[in-house]
Amino acid sequence: MGKTIAEKIFAAHLRDTPAPDTMILDLDVVMCHEITTPIAIMDLMDKGMDAVFDNTKIKAVIDHVTPAKDSKTAMQGKIMRDWAKRHNIRDFFDIGANGVCHALFPEKGFVRPGYTVIMGDSHTCTHGAFGAFAAGVGTTDLEVGIYKGVCSFRKPETFRITINGQLSKGVSAKDVILAIIKKITVNGGTDKVIEFVGPVVDAFNMSERMTLCNMAVEAGATSGICMPDRVTAEYLWPFIQDNYTTVDDAIAEFAKWHTDEDASFVEQLTIDVSNLVPQTTIRYKPDQVVDIESLPETTVDQVYIGSCTNGRIEDLRDAAKILQGRQLAQGVRGIVTPATPQIYNMALEEGIIKVFMDAGFCVLNPTCGACLGMSSGVLAEGEVCASTTNRNFNGRMGKGGMVHLMSPLSAAAAAVTGRITDPRNLLED
Amino acid sequence: MKKFGGKAIFLDRNDINTDEIIPAKYLTEITKNNLREHLLEDLLLDGRNFNAREEMAEAQVVVTRQNFGCGSSREHAVWAFEVNNIEVIIADSFARIFRQNMFNCGILAIELDKKDIERLFNLSGDVEITIDLDNQLISARVNGADQEAVQCDFEINPFDRDLVSVGGWLAYAAKKY
Repeated sequence: MGKTIAEKIFAAHLRDTPAPDTMILDLDVVMCHEITTPIAIMDLMDKGMDAVFDNTKIKAVIDHVTPAKDSKTAMQGKIMRDWAKRHNIRDFFDIGANGVCHALFPEKGFVRPGYTVIMGDSHTCTHGAFGAFAAGVGTTDLEVGIYKGVCSFRKPETFRITINGQLSKGVSAKDVILAIIKKITVNGGTDKVIEFVGPVVDAFNMSERMTLCNMAVEAGATSGICMPDRVTAEYLWPFIQDNYTTVDDAIAEFAKWHTDEDASFVEQLTIDVSNLVPQTTIRYKPDQVVDIESLPETTVDQVYIGSCTNGRIEDLRDAAKILQGRQLAQGVRGIVTPATPQIYNMALEEGIIKVFMDAGFCVLNPTCGACLGMSSGVLAEGEVCASTTNRNFNGRMGKGGMVHLMSPLSAAAAAVTGRITDPRNLLED
Repeated sequence: MKKFGGKAIFLDRNDINTDEIIPAKYLTEITKNNLREHLLEDLLLDGRNFNAREEMAEAQVVVTRQNFGCGSSREHAVWAFEVNNIEVIIADSFARIFRQNMFNCGILAIELDKKDIERLFNLSGDVEITIDLDNQLISARVNGADQEAVQCDFEINPFDRDLVSVGGWLAYAAKKY
């Protein structure tokens, strides 16, 4: 019987099987940010366990609220800084070098095919785009990860989603994942690894694959995962060129992780995206998704472009296609946060920041910010936001606010029209 | 083994997420006790705001529906229950991270069949639930009666059971790995 990529990764990292379907895995990367890590650090200190299993495998960043907005967030940052210094954690990214964790760590080359990755953050599944098993965990799992380098998981069951067809102009990876979540619902992936395959995924760049895997958790999945291939190898090449003679050698080696043809899946779904149109969420659950063209007129107060889902350079380029030569609609506030300093720099050099500013956007530093309603663009009661983020839960961006999730193209279209708008109407042929 | 059980509160909705259990603005707290008064602050039940402080004041057990604890990985959601003396949540199903966070803290996330959940929801009056972990049995009594109104079996993974008996994953892992 063949194995899935997740089963191969589990087998290669298995430390212990304390119960028939429970597996303790060795971890290759433990990622940390300042919201869920400080409590872990303080608890380890309290218990006399203030140690790290391997300081080269711990990657840390201050990203959720940066710069600190008050004394409490300043203290969270300080606890991280002191801890990184105490344990000589070299890969620690503080203000000036920091960015949204799931955008920053990939661009540093920290995630490789076949790796096991955890973080105290549910969107850790993003890193599955590299052919890794990457799962969000709570603070106790994070503590054990930091201290012992292991984490427990149930035996991985795989849900394979095959994406066929050809995306139309104006339709993007975000629309694909929203359509998938609508179809399989918010718990359709619970306790499963969602494997994304098919010609559409093969043609996606890493940014698009990350958008796809990022929202696997909105369907309840443990990890999203894509097969590592030429796209993966070329993205990682600056970091792996000492390990392989050529990109083709890397691709050949990565192929060992690929799901076998005779592997078994707990569930399979094939979708064709050729007729897919731009999507948005309505109400408070990420599976409440509709075609934008079918939505009754919905005006917006704020447009937010950023986050681990859609704050990468490709996303900003998409938004700029619509914003170029246009202005924010009367009364609409526009906020953009390039997800990392590198992305910010690229956007500056490409003239994209100027496009945003000329349109009337506020350009923020890289941060998670308003995505989770902690800072930098929180909504007032009754306000509506068109957002490129990942969650439309009640209160998510501020108590009493309404969040509509959509692609960067669609968010930019809402920005210039003042209402949720099909971006295809604004794209030049 | 620690005893689990007490007065039950019923949260009749699917997909209650961790943002509703504890909004992100409280994630800047670095002590668990500071979460106490914000439990379920943003919960909407049937479109009405839920007054958790009043309605959950005496509760020690939560009974709820599908996919409880979905969304963010924040363990603060588990701690917010824990510091309010709620150490048992019984649901039709849980989101993976929330369920694992409960057992990692040495407390119980119990999944029951839909029909058993329905039997619990059908009880009226003050419901008291006791958990017999050794025999994997849940008993519900109404209005102080001696006789159980509902009794049903549940399954618990032996690993999760070990976590409960040693007081959580850190204690378990520190000793074993």
